[in-house]
Amino acid sequence: MKTIEFEIDEKKVRAREGMTILEAAKQSGVNIPTLCYHENLDHLGCCRICSVYIEKGKRGSIVTACSYPVEEGLKVTTRSQKIDRLRKTIIELAIVGSGPNIKADLYRLSKEYNADLNRFSSIGEETKYNCILCGLCTIKCIEATGGAIGFVGRGVDKKIVSFPETSQTCITCNYCNNVCPTGRISLKGADPPFPTVNDFLSGRS
Amino acid sequence: MEVSKQLEIPYGQVYQVATFYKAFSTSPRGRHHIRVCNGTSCNVRGSQAVIEGLERRLGIGALETTVDGRFSLETVNCVGCCAMGPMVAIDGEYFGKMDVKGLDTVLEKFK
Amino acid sequence: MMSREITGPNMLEELRKEIQEESVSQKVTISVCSSTGCVALGSQSLLKMLKEQLSNQGLEEIVEIKETGCLGFCEKGPRLTVYPGGISYFQVSPEDIDEIVTRSLEHGQPLERLLLRDPETGKTAERLEDIPFYKYQRRLLLSDNERVDPKKIEDYISIGGYSALSRVLFHMKPEQVIQEVKKSGLRGRGGSGFPTGRKWEATRDAPGDPKYVIVNCDEGDPGSFMDRSLMEGNPHKVLEGMMIGAYAIGASKGYIYIREEYPIAFANVKTAIAQAKEYGLIGSNVMGSGFSFDVKVHSGAGAFVSGESSALVEAIEGRVGEPRPKYIHISERGIDGKPTCLNNVKTWANVPIIILNSAEWYKSVGTESSSGTNIFSLVGNVNNTGLVEVPMGITLRDMVYKIGGGVRGGKRFKAVQIGGPSGGFIPEQFLDLKVDFDSLSEAGSMMGSGGMVVMNEDACMVDAAKYFVDFLLEESCGKCIPCREGLKVLSATLGRICEGMGKHSDLEIIRDVTEAMETTSLCSLGKTAINPVLTSMNYFKDEWEAHIEEKVCPAKHCRALIEYSIDEKSCKACLQCTMNCSTAAISGEKRKPQRIDQSKCIKCGTCYDLCPSNAVVKISRGAAKQIGLVD
Repeated sequence: MKTIEFEIDEKKVRAREGMTILEAAKQSGVNIPTLCYHENLDHLGCCRICSVYIEKGKRGSIVTACSYPVEEGLKVTTRSQKIDRLRKTIIELAIVGSGPNIKADLYRLSKEYNADLNRFSSIGEETKYNCILCGLCTIKCIEATGGAIGFVGRGVDKKIVSFPETSQTCITCNYCNNVCPTGRISLKGADPPFPTVNDFLSGRS
Repeated sequence: MEVSKQLEIPYGQVYQVATFYKAFSTSPRGRHHIRVCNGTSCNVRGSQAVIEGLERRLGIGALETTVDGRFSLETVNCVGCCAMGPMVAIDGEYFGKMDVKGLDTVLEKFK
Repeated sequence: MMSREITGPNMLEELRKEIQEESVSQKVTISVCSSTGCVALGSQSLLKMLKEQLSNQGLEEIVEIKETGCLGFCEKGPRLTVYPGGISYFQVSPEDIDEIVTRSLEHGQPLERLLLRDPETGKTAERLEDIPFYKYQRRLLLSDNERVDPKKIEDYISIGGYSALSRVLFHMKPEQVIQEVKKSGLRGRGGSGFPTGRKWEATRDAPGDPKYVIVNCDEGDPGSFMDRSLMEGNPHKVLEGMMIGAYAIGASKGYIYIREEYPIAFANVKTAIAQAKEYGLIGSNVMGSGFSFDVKVHSGAGAFVSGESSALVEAIEGRVGEPRPKYIHISERGIDGKPTCLNNVKTWANVPIIILNSAEWYKSVGTESSSGTNIFSLVGNVNNTGLVEVPMGITLRDMVYKIGGGVRGGKRFKAVQIGGPSGGFIPEQFLDLKVDFDSLSEAGSMMGSGGMVVMNEDACMVDAAKYFVDFLLEESCGKCIPCREGLKVLSATLGRICEGMGKHSDLEIIRDVTEAMETTSLCSLGKTAINPVLTSMNYFKDEWEAHIEEKVCPAKHCRALIEYSIDEKSCKACLQCTMNCSTAAISGEKRKPQRIDQSKCIKCGTCYDLCPSNAVVKISRGAAKQIGLVD
C-alpha cells in the first residue's frame, strides 16, 4: 500500500493510499466534526459538516473530509473563519428540519459553533422530528432486521417511517440509538416516534 | 409485499423507490388524468392561471381526484413543448396555447 | 427494402447506393412533422387525411409520405414539406391537404397562405433559409430532421448515415478517435461543458471491465426540448455517435436513459435499435469489424435530479436516483462500479460530423473556447419561439431580436433566463454577450442545457427567483442538509419579500444560505440553485429594494402587493368579468361600469385577461391605499 504525505493545518501527515482525509485526520489526532459518519460504514456524505478547505497546487476548494481521498501534497485546513461560518450555517439549516429541541452530537456542535437555534425556527413543516435524515438508523436497521424503518419520499417530503407489516421485526436491538446524532432515538425508542408509511401516504394527498 | 418478495429486495426499498419518483402514483387516478405544465416557458406565458382555472372548475388541487372520479390533476415540470405553452395534456393528448377561456371546450371532450 | 446483414464497409456503400437509386423513382415526397410539438397541434390528423386522399385517388405509388422530425419552429406547427423543391408549409390543417396534394403533383405554384412570412419585408418564403428564424442558424445537427423518417433506417443510411462509424471501425484506432475528438474542442452539451475528449480518455484509462457508455436524455430543464427533438427525429445519429465513443473508450455496453415524459422518443429509439440490429449495425461483430456493442433503453420516472450523472447510474441500477459525493467520478466507478462515460444526447450527435468533416473543420465553427454549434430553445415571451441551432458565439441580442423577432406583444425586454434552474438571469445591459460556455459563467449564469427563456416587463424578478427555488425544492433529492433545508429557507424568505413582509436582514440570510449551498452541497443541483437568486439580486437591485423597503412590486405581479380595479371611463359594461369572476367579487348595474369588491377579490387576474376594453387595471397596493380603494 502506498504511503501518501500531505498536510493538515500545516502539520505533516502520513496516510495509506485509499484513506479519506477524515480517516487520516482521526489517525493523526486532528478533530473534524461529523454527524452522519460511522467508522464501520461507507461514508454517506449527507450532513456536510465535515467540510474542509483543500489546496491542490494553486487551486483551492471546499470538500467533505469523509469522502475525499488523500492525495500527495494536498494542503488541508480544518478551521478558519469561513469554515466555521459555513459549519454554523449548516447547523442552523439542519435545525430547519429537526426543530430546535436537539440533543446529543448535534446539540454539542451547535454550542461549539455558536449556532442560533432559533434563527430559522419558523421555517419548514409544523411537526418536526428531531431528525436530520442522515439515514444511519435505517442502515443499521437493515443490517439487524432487514429494515423495520426506512426512507420514503424525496426532497423536502422525505421522512423516515416504519413499516407496520414488518414492524414485528423491530427487535429492540438498539443498533439505531447507538448511531443517532440528534438524540431522537435513545434507549427508550424514538421520540418523536416514527410515523408509519401509511401516515406518510395519507399525509400526501 | 409481493414486489419485495419477487424481486428479492427489502420491503422498505420498494416504498423508497415508489415514493421517490413522481411518475409512480400511490393513490388512484381519475378516469382522465390531466397534466398541466408549469415549466419556465409555460409559466411566463401564463400557466399558473390555467392551473388555478382547472383547480376552480374541478374543485380539486394538484395530485387530487374529483369526487366523481372523472378527473385527476397533476402539475408537471416540462413536457417538451415549450414553444406552444401553456401546455395541457389529458390522457396523453396534448393541447397547446391553453388559456382559461379554452378550458371548458377541452374538458368537454373527456366524459 | 429487405434488410440484410452488413459485413464490411463496401457493403454499406452498396446498400446506400441502392437506397438512393430507389428513392429517385418516387415522384413526390410529402414529409409531415411527427414530433411531440406538431402532434400536439394536430399533425396526426394531417397524416390521416393525407393517407386517405392518396388512397382514394390511387396515388400511393407516386406520392411518398414521410413522418419526419422536428425542425424547431414549433410555434408555427403543424409543419409539412413537399419534395422536390423542399417547400415548407406551416400551420397546416386537414382542409389544406387536398390542395397541397394537387399542387405538388402539378408542380404548380406553392400555396401562398401556408408559407412563412418574413415579418419585416412581408414577403413569403418557400425555402426555410429565406426567413429570419432560419437564416441565421447553422443546422449541423437538426437539418437532417427534414429528410429522415426516424422509423426508417434506410433514410438515415441514404443521407450518409453510419459512414462515420464505418470509417472509425475500419480505418482508425481507438486512440486516434480520442485524439480527434480532443482536437475538435467538443465540450459536453449537457450543461457543464467538460471537454468530451478528456472524459473519454479518462474512462478509457480507468481500470475495469466491461466499460459502459450512457446517453443522457433526461432533459429535465423546463423550457428545453432539444434532446427530445434529436432523439425523436434522428435517433440513429445519436446511436452512431454513441458507438463511435464506445469503440474509442473500449466499452461494450451502453444505456440510453430517456425521461418518462418523452414517450415518442422512447418508441423511436427502440425501433431504431431493432432496425440497426437487423442490418448488423449494432450488436455482436458490428459490420463484421470485430467490435461488439449492446445497448439497453431505460425510462426515467419523473425525477429531475436523476439526470445528474451519479444519480442516473443509481437510477439505472434500480435504486432511488440520488447523487453520490462526486470526488470519484463515474468515469472511474459507474455502473456496477465499472468505468462509465456519460454524455448528453447533443454531445453524442456531434461525434459523427466531427469524424466525417475533421476536427479542424469543427474547430472553425464557434468560438475559441467553445467550438461547434449548440441547439438552444428560444422560448417565453419572444415572437418566434422554437429550437435554434447556431454557432457558439452568437450574441444574445441577435438571438432575441434577429432570430426571435423581438419581444412578443411589443412589450419591453427585461431579461433572458439561460441554463434552466442552474442558470441565471441576464439583463438588458448584457445583450451583447457572446453565447459560449465561458462568457456565460463569467456573467454568473451557465450554458446548461441551452434553454433561453425571454422575459418581458411584466415579470417580477424576485418572484422569478422564487419560481426556480420552488422548482428545485420539489426536485431536490433531499439527501444533504445545505440543499434540502437551504432551499426551504430561500423559498420562505423570498415568499415573505413577495408578500411585502421582507426585511433588510433577509438579504443577509440569503447571502449566508447561498454561500453554504454553493460550497457544501453534495451535487450541482444545490450548488447552482443559487444562480437564479444571486443574478436576480445583483442585476435587479431596484426591484428587490422596492419590494423590501417600499413594499411595492414594480412589475405589478406579486399578488399581495397589487389590487385590481376597473377604470370607469373605459368600462363598456360587457359583463365578461362579472360573469366569469369565480368569487363573485365584481358587480354593477347593467350598462354601467362594474366594480370590484376588494374584500372578495383573490387577484387571479381572470378579469384582467378577459376584458376586451383594457378597463381592468393593476395598481400597486400603496397607491390603492392612497386613493381609498383599500384600507
